[in-house]
Amino acid sequence: MPVTAGSDALIDQSTLSRALRRALSTGAEFAEVFAEDRRGSVITLDDGRIEDLSSGRDRGAGIRVVSGNTTGFAHTADLSEAGLLAAAEAASAAARGGGGGVREVALSPSTHATPSPVGVLPTSVPKSAKVDLLRRADGAARGAGGAVRQVSAAYRESRRQVLVANSEGVLATDDQVRVRFGVSVVANGDAGMQTGNESAGATMGFELFDHHDVEDMSRSAAERALLKLGARPAPSGSMPVVIRRGSGGVLFHEACGHGLEADHIAKSVSVFTGRVGEQVASPLVTLVDDGTMSHEWGALAIDDEGHTTSRNVLIENGVLTDYMWDWLRARKEGRQGPANGRRQSYQHLPMVRMTNTFLVNGTEDPEEIIRQTPRGVYVAQLGGGQVNTATGDFVFGMTEAYLIEDGRLTQPIRDANLIGNGPQVLADIDVIGNDFAMGWPGTCGKQGQGVPVGMGQPTLRVKALTIGGTAQ
Amino acid sequence: MSELLELAQRVAGWARDGEDVEVYLSRGTETEVRVYEGEVESLSSATSAGAGIRVVANGRQGFAYAGALDEAALTETLEEARDNAGFATAEDWIGLPVPDGASPAVLDLWRDDLARFPASGKVAAALDLERRVNAGDPRIRLVEQATWGDVAGEMALASSLGVTATDRATACFVSAVAVAGEGTESQTAYGYSVGRSPSELDPDRAAGDAVRRAVRLLGARKPASARLPVVFEPRVSAQLIGLLGSVLSGEMVLKGISLFADRVGEAVAATGVSLVDDPTDARAWGASTFDDEGLACRRNLLIDAGVLAGFLYDSTSARRAGTTSTASAVRAGFKSAPGVGARALHIVPGTASHEEVLAQVGDALLVQSVSGLHSGVNPVSGDFSVGAEGVLVSGGAPGAPVREVTIASSIQRMLQGVVAVGSDVEWLPSSAAGLTLAISEMSMSGA
Repeated sequence: MPVTAGSDALIDQSTLSRALRRALSTGAEFAEVFAEDRRGSVITLDDGRIEDLSSGRDRGAGIRVVSGNTTGFAHTADLSEAGLLAAAEAASAAARGGGGGVREVALSPSTHATPSPVGVLPTSVPKSAKVDLLRRADGAARGAGGAVRQVSAAYRESRRQVLVANSEGVLATDDQVRVRFGVSVVANGDAGMQTGNESAGATMGFELFDHHDVEDMSRSAAERALLKLGARPAPSGSMPVVIRRGSGGVLFHEACGHGLEADHIAKSVSVFTGRVGEQVASPLVTLVDDGTMSHEWGALAIDDEGHTTSRNVLIENGVLTDYMWDWLRARKEGRQGPANGRRQSYQHLPMVRMTNTFLVNGTEDPEEIIRQTPRGVYVAQLGGGQVNTATGDFVFGMTEAYLIEDGRLTQPIRDANLIGNGPQVLADIDVIGNDFAMGWPGTCGKQGQGVPVGMGQPTLRVKALTIGGTAQ
Repeated sequence: MSELLELAQRVAGWARDGEDVEVYLSRGTETEVRVYEGEVESLSSATSAGAGIRVVANGRQGFAYAGALDEAALTETLEEARDNAGFATAEDWIGLPVPDGASPAVLDLWRDDLARFPASGKVAAALDLERRVNAGDPRIRLVEQATWGDVAGEMALASSLGVTATDRATACFVSAVAVAGEGTESQTAYGYSVGRSPSELDPDRAAGDAVRRAVRLLGARKPASARLPVVFEPRVSAQLIGLLGSVLSGEMVLKGISLFADRVGEAVAATGVSLVDDPTDARAWGASTFDDEGLACRRNLLIDAGVLAGFLYDSTSARRAGTTSTASAVRAGFKSAPGVGARALHIVPGTASHEEVLAQVGDALLVQSVSGLHSGVNPVSGDFSVGAEGVLVSGGAPGAPVREVTIASSIQRMLQGVVAVGSDVEWLPSSAAGLTLAISEMSMSGA
């Protein structure tokens, strides 16, 4: 029976069985074939011109063999039986299993309903329609004011068809379609240039643009840049910080998300090691990682190890309930999932990764949170972040922020990073709004691999965070 | 002629009348070994290859790629690039480079002995490094990961306008992340050594660096906010110097979003700063015979004793600016079309050792690592704010460790504020080399 991902058979089932048998021939306990066919396209507009249209296809398979504590891995762009057998041999040689002999693998094909059905396949839409989106975005931003100096925008689409088969009988496929649109505006004023961005993306087809108007996005980006022309330097030092709903999810991604990944836990290089069942955050905090969130940027039917994703509560009312797991780490602990094994491509080994990570809704009116803050910083838009899981120290950037004075937003402030310590910041969350929203599509980098992740949160306040500005 | 170049030339020959075609092919093998607690955690090996094809017709450019080199894939990719070109905006300056007659530097970036080095030797090297780190200090708790990595890569480029280029390079490294601990506290730091062949690696230095950096952070506190001089260690200054590559891109100037547009001939940095991008210096890990459009790489002086001397250009941006390419086209692999970028930036070293720079500055923050470069540095506004770890220097001597602080300023002020440039150039596997660099004042935000 041919195994299909979408319309193309990546590898047929009998070939998969033979590749797995070859991979196990040196006595390894586990073998896996991960095949991937990825097509992508990017169109960029810059300086008023459609500057670059680029598209391509990359497909291949990674074969993983586990023997004891050692993983052997090899990948190939050759999906023929010969190519797969050669990779299987290389991977099994690398894992250097002790025994030998023949093990047959009975694959049980399973189907997994996608959380993200596609309405309009992006490849079915003419390139001219995508070019038109970019032109409209350019026009809208330039119409936002004479101080707009430059506009760049990018449309990106990708389709990733994956197939996973392993010696435990798993045989699963997924078809992930993602579309993303981003616009960046530069405005020029007396105090130099400023930037404003806006971004939208989802695990869906071209119908993304039924939900997002590129001209509105463009105007928002332009307004952000224009507003920052009058921004003053960010403060330097510790103060209360209110973070608007949505993009602040990056706070949790960095403050504790990475620290709850079981690979960091297993090596005791996380400040959350050994703390399941303990109060690790303010009782207001309930944090969830959910790969099943329909159409969100980190949504997956299966993880990249062939296991069904699920909604997993990581922190409940401030108490740590569980870590995130991949197959390797779960096996060492003698437990099942949840399934958070992901990889950038067939050329990479899987590891524990987040999917869509978010803080659940609170009860406070977000306007009231600002009113109840005599002095502090209101962060309306966050950029990326970075964490050292061993110390828990993390940074994240603000790209739109205001001073809060006497419970009101006053002056816009310039870009800066904020720095805090994960456990301390989680404990210092003292009020949570009732306005939950997911934020922008993110790309999470770990050990050189990037994967799409979603993040979200309602408006919240942290009692004290250090703002890395220059104003005394 | 290499087989890869022959293939590139053959595909470039498929160009139709009225169009120019450029074919970039790359191929490589790589190995990575990770060890943990005396065992091999993973051993990955792979060969990969791919093609990126650019088509220019009537002033419009299209690009497509494929992760394969077979004839069917190349045919399909060329067709796709051709189709993509039809939707781009036409401009006079869009076009592939023509041969410019510059003679390529003779670089020796390939070592045959890397290919002969057995997997068992790679495993042994990673295990050896792990042992050295563990033995380096009683406060080392564990080695989060010790890694061996190697890569041998080959590229070939040919265009229908007669440009041809081929190059190959090897590199290998060992690195380790050390975790030092006391009580409930853990601190981490990495050490590495990189070479073009296994015999060039220095595991002692890699282990020593990881141990020293992790241990000296133990007991780190979050200090009070202050304005103070800041000294960057070479591996940190390399990251900062790397940022200048995009700031000094001619493309940014043309688009009106460069911090330094219209400032050629003016003082943009302290007089001690001379910045060069020189891919023809074989000591640089970004060294390359050709740029990613096939022009011979050359030495480009960007800042001369503080005075802005010029920008980097690829052939498209150069044509638009009315100048010539500085052979600064770079690609992020075969999947990306070329753009402007630096390969081998370095600040011309001064005469003072690391210790002498510290003595000269007296009291300062010595920074050993930074975080959030991608979220806290804005190359358009110049705003600079990053997380930092390091030690406070008092009377020229490194002392109390600090953590959970940010340091902030602006790119413009930092360049003007360079008060000392060390003699200790460190060639890092990145687009920039580092050296000890002292800045007169930055804002440190802490408690």
